[in-house]
Amino acid sequence: MKDIEELQFPDDVRYSKDHEWARPEGDLFVVGISDYAQDQLGDIVFVELPETGRELQQNEEFGSVESVKAVSELFAPLAGTVMEVNGALDDAPEKVNQEPYSDGWMMKIKPADKADFEALMDRDAYLAMLKG
Amino acid sequence: MNDKVRKPSAEPLLWEMGARGRLAFSLPERDVPEHPLDPALAGEGPDFPDLSEPEIVRHYTRLSQWNMAVDTTMYPLGSCTMKYNPKTNDRQAALPGIAGAHPLLPPPLSQGLLRLMFELEQFLAAITGLPAVTLQPAAGAQGELTGMLIFHAYHGDQGRRRTKILIPDTAHGTNPASATLCGFTAVAVPSGPDGILEPEAVARRMDADTAGIMVTNPNTLGLFESHIREVADIVHAKGGLVYADGANMNAVMGQVDMGAMGVDVLHLNLHKTFSTPHGGGGPGAGPVCVSAALAPYLPVPRVVLTADGFTWSDDFPRTIGRLHAFYGNFGILVRAYSYILSLGADLTRISPLAVLNANYIRAGLRNHYHLPYDRPCMHECVFSDKHQQAHKVTALDIAKRLIDFGFHPPTIYFPLVVPGALMIEPTETETKETLDRFIAAMQAIAAEAVEDPERLRQAPLHAHRRRLDEVQAARKPCLTG
Repeated sequence: MKDIEELQFPDDVRYSKDHEWARPEGDLFVVGISDYAQDQLGDIVFVELPETGRELQQNEEFGSVESVKAVSELFAPLAGTVMEVNGALDDAPEKVNQEPYSDGWMMKIKPADKADFEALMDRDAYLAMLKG
Repeated sequence: MNDKVRKPSAEPLLWEMGARGRLAFSLPERDVPEHPLDPALAGEGPDFPDLSEPEIVRHYTRLSQWNMAVDTTMYPLGSCTMKYNPKTNDRQAALPGIAGAHPLLPPPLSQGLLRLMFELEQFLAAITGLPAVTLQPAAGAQGELTGMLIFHAYHGDQGRRRTKILIPDTAHGTNPASATLCGFTAVAVPSGPDGILEPEAVARRMDADTAGIMVTNPNTLGLFESHIREVADIVHAKGGLVYADGANMNAVMGQVDMGAMGVDVLHLNLHKTFSTPHGGGGPGAGPVCVSAALAPYLPVPRVVLTADGFTWSDDFPRTIGRLHAFYGNFGILVRAYSYILSLGADLTRISPLAVLNANYIRAGLRNHYHLPYDRPCMHECVFSDKHQQAHKVTALDIAKRLIDFGFHPPTIYFPLVVPGALMIEPTETETKETLDRFIAAMQAIAAEAVEDPERLRQAPLHAHRRRLDEVQAARKPCLTG
């Protein structure tokens, strides 16, 4: 378990109150969980991701992560269609712990409304919430 | 010589011992003629270890000595009610007429066993205030499924299929799982700021498509749902039913009338409240008690008393059917029956003592650990690792360090509504001296978290095994020998 100062919070992504992040990539958004979330969960042993093609509402549950502590739900930071999921997490769920913002990504979604992204928190707002 | 001294913590696997051809069992002399085996059925035999009887006995005896059990230490595993299992229970279950009874014996030759089941049902009805009981479900979760099947059958008879079930966020995790398995959609109800259900939160969600609510009372925070009667009235007014998860019955046994509280269906865990052995996936029993209106739906066959004595009856046309081969885990039923009869009227003293013990621990540790809901608890108390996190010490570290002090760890990271939860349930079993030793150990650990946090992160230091690699075990489980 780390102090907030020791965790990584890149500023090229935006954050949800449920600790997911989203990053624009062409017409899509890549989604994962924050360094804070993976640190709180502890070692992740299984990641359950949605089928591609699934339509998600904002804040809808899109999967779950199982750590040695508990199973936690994942919530979509923005509405849209699931275009791709990170199949590499099936065999290597530890990537979420090691590289939450790169190799540990979870899904790519085609947004229903790009304004959802703008409404998410930037780095400073997310840090302020964590320190709240 | 030194290299031949076996470290006390080294125990070979069964496959690392023995020698080819060694046997621990002599097959009885064959009393049927030899017959050739169809070669299609033959193949490589299984890879069993070749061991003598003393090798096996010593191996398992050594392992058992490394174990922590309710027969060796206090086992405050919250939500599990690890109370002492009185030895008289095992003696009764081992009586030849009981242990040797065959489940296919006809009722005229099983009158004593049927009477035991019939009376146990009556005892559980008297204890809960719900008049009709099935002993069939093999565990609490199967009892929950039984309850959900009864909800479904009842609403079907009312001519209206209902698809949703309300489940508070302080419920046991099996509740939404059981409801989902039965085809219902679980709707979460957040608990209020004081950790219990607010009637308005239930009223906002209860509608004509909702089959009812599943409540655990006291809830997983160890708090009594004091608005339960109001909640039940709200659910009933919309045509729904109330399911109570009796996993926490050790807080209220013989103290509350579940029927009067508005409960329609309740399961009991005989392996918790009624002192039958528990853990390691061994047999449990999850009897289900229901109101008179729901009695027709109970599983069959049911024990009935006729002019000719006790017998089985399948003649319940609205039954949800059978849930278990034969009649449940009978040996466990015998032990619960023994527990009830041996305590008699003293059964009502169990819950007050269990609640007193939990509050004694709560009071003894409240200045050392964060109490997320600081009010008197029922049979268990929930702390969190919030104060220790400042030193990067987690609930897991605290639990592991308790092993060094000779105690089984409490439940950790549950309930989910408390981050870093430490859930302690002492049960009525423990003496004041044991509770004092436990409190002293927990206080010492809280002090260590400040002075020497690294020691906690390394714990257990004195156990036969140190930190096990739980991640590797979960990611790449080895399920064979």
